[in-house]
Amino acid sequence: MNFARSLLAATLGTALFAMTPMPAAALTGDTIVLGAAVSLTGKYSTNGKNTKDGYDLAVKVINDKGGIKLGNKQYKLKVVYYDDESTSARGAQLVERLIAQDHVDFVLGPYSSALTKAIAPITEKYKMPMVEGNGADRGLFKHGYKYMFAVLNTSDYYLREAVNILAEQAKKAGRDPKSVKIAIAIENDDFSQDVRDGIVEDAKKYGMQVVIDDKLPAELNDMTATLTKVKALKPDALMISGHEKGAVLGIRQVAEQKVYVPMLALTHCDSAQITEKFGADADYAFCGSQWDVSMTYTDPWFGNSKNYADMFKKAYNYDPPYQAAESTASVEVFADALRRAGSVDKEKVRDALAKTDLMTFYGPVKFDQTGKNIAKSMVMYQVQHEHYVVVAPSKWAEGKPIYPAPTWDKREASEKVSQK
Amino acid sequence: MSNLGVLIDAPILLLQLVVSGILVGAIFALVAYGMALVWGVMNIINIAQGELVMLGGYIVFYLDAAGVHPLFGIPIAAAAMFAFGLALYRVVIRRLVDRDMFVSILATFGISILLQQLANQVFGADIRTLSSGLPNLSFDNGLISIAGVKIVGFAAALVVGGALFLFLRHTRIGQAIRATAQNARAARVLGIDTHRMYAATFALNCAICGAAGGLVAMTWFVQPYLGLTYTLRSFMIVVAAGIGNLPGVILAGSGFGVLEETAGFVLGSQYQTAFIFLLLILLLIGRNLLLARQRRYLK
Repeated sequence: MNFARSLLAATLGTALFAMTPMPAAALTGDTIVLGAAVSLTGKYSTNGKNTKDGYDLAVKVINDKGGIKLGNKQYKLKVVYYDDESTSARGAQLVERLIAQDHVDFVLGPYSSALTKAIAPITEKYKMPMVEGNGADRGLFKHGYKYMFAVLNTSDYYLREAVNILAEQAKKAGRDPKSVKIAIAIENDDFSQDVRDGIVEDAKKYGMQVVIDDKLPAELNDMTATLTKVKALKPDALMISGHEKGAVLGIRQVAEQKVYVPMLALTHCDSAQITEKFGADADYAFCGSQWDVSMTYTDPWFGNSKNYADMFKKAYNYDPPYQAAESTASVEVFADALRRAGSVDKEKVRDALAKTDLMTFYGPVKFDQTGKNIAKSMVMYQVQHEHYVVVAPSKWAEGKPIYPAPTWDKREASEKVSQK
Repeated sequence: MSNLGVLIDAPILLLQLVVSGILVGAIFALVAYGMALVWGVMNIINIAQGELVMLGGYIVFYLDAAGVHPLFGIPIAAAAMFAFGLALYRVVIRRLVDRDMFVSILATFGISILLQQLANQVFGADIRTLSSGLPNLSFDNGLISIAGVKIVGFAAALVVGGALFLFLRHTRIGQAIRATAQNARAARVLGIDTHRMYAATFALNCAICGAAGGLVAMTWFVQPYLGLTYTLRSFMIVVAAGIGNLPGVILAGSGFGVLEETAGFVLGSQYQTAFIFLLLILLLIGRNLLLARQRRYLK
């Protein structure tokens, strides 16, 4: 009995020891080492993989094109990864390890606002410059962090453009924007609350009324109560934000219950794959996105977004979602800052990052003093005939919004016609 | 409250909420049947109940991807989960039967985490959804709409509930299970193999959860972490109905569904879940007060 117990203890102890992550030696010499804790397992694992693939492609392309020239020497980039298991505490632990034990040169951000919030105090404590592309929460930029730089738009921008489109269309139809009614349904998490705040702020700007403001709890899987309210109050727009689950539920139940709204706006349409899952039911939905493959921004490493998408698909066998694109852009920002700083000194690089004024395939990058990217605008597209068509910002948009959406009777009628 | 005013002005909307609540509640009631069975017979609160539903959903999803229509996939998933239940009983559950409730909760909690994380590793975290291909009914110019798949779910809940009731009452195995539940030692003395009865009960629970999972995948979606919702709700329904009260389960399930939808409409969806938990607390307090009188008589 005693022997069995000590054997058990020994096995458990070895197992626990084996589970601690192996420290990677930080390479010196001709390599600049970037450290990243990303979600390879856990609930963010899909987008965590997108992030890792984005970083890897950037490093590969930059290294293939000669790497980074500092002084007289050419340096290659390398990324060291740990799995944060989609858990904030683990992410913070691993970033501390990357900085204090593995002595990485710089840090790349994790996936999600929650994880970025967990590691930002750590990079700030160690005065370690970090560029991130996947933490959009506005709250991140209210702490006065000097070493954190974000290439993406903050989350409140996701659906602001939808409100602008509503106002434009109202004016075109001769209606006072103040008469526009908006319904909002969000999942009660930080990101979606920010999206909601953005909508509410812009709605207030135009004097529009928010007639429904529902916050669905995370365990809720059915939106019938909210949708019944929408049927009763007949708003001009229904805006849903709840990550992939919100997009899937929104499209499915709106179609099932034949809820008619002139505009249905969502976030996370592409990662929820609404056109693949729901076909024609997804038509006319407006989607907020950080980036789209049809954007015509270009840069010397990747060309334009279409070139980037082709390279990405060739390397990883799937179309890059915007999470991958913004991760690639983060590495490009580091490469550009390193070149301008001329050294790997953290303070010099940090100052160079603060002065970034760079065009990438993902969009222009320029940081304000809080680390936000103020040069890029959010993309809004609409699903038209099961294809995503960019309808805003109008300067780079290839398509025009269809508003109001046709009613369900007309949609069924036109489907029958097309089937004949 | 203006939402309440809307309901009073247009009672037809209340009808939509009631219908929707009954149908949605029925799917939760299905999971609760299994929970009630395991709790009543084996005195085990199965924290992994929701994960069993999740696994059933994935089985039906992958069968659909392989070309099997989900309505046929559901009985196949039930059979597969029955086998899984037997295996799980053999490996873990049989050690929990004579232990106290804390041990069984701990063990099933461990199973639930294991199943969640395995599902996340194997299936990925993406949300998967199925189309049943069933038509959606629409009345009164679209004011009332009923998804065809939710009607199937309701019918399934009634059929399973009825079948379970008849099974327990009129078949030998059913009677043996009830005997084991009443007094395991006496049942053993009378020659009933209680371990086989427990295994059958647990496997039956897993089969019911598997079928419910298929319905969930068709009605909403399936992802590795959807389990907790179903575990919690089925627990609530069983507590509200009272252990051993099978007809009460579908009443409680649908009742919670209706109250939840109405609360969501009137108060806002952020209060939906809180409202029904509050109701459960009031129900338990009320029941306690009602039984207090009987306890006094017994003294």
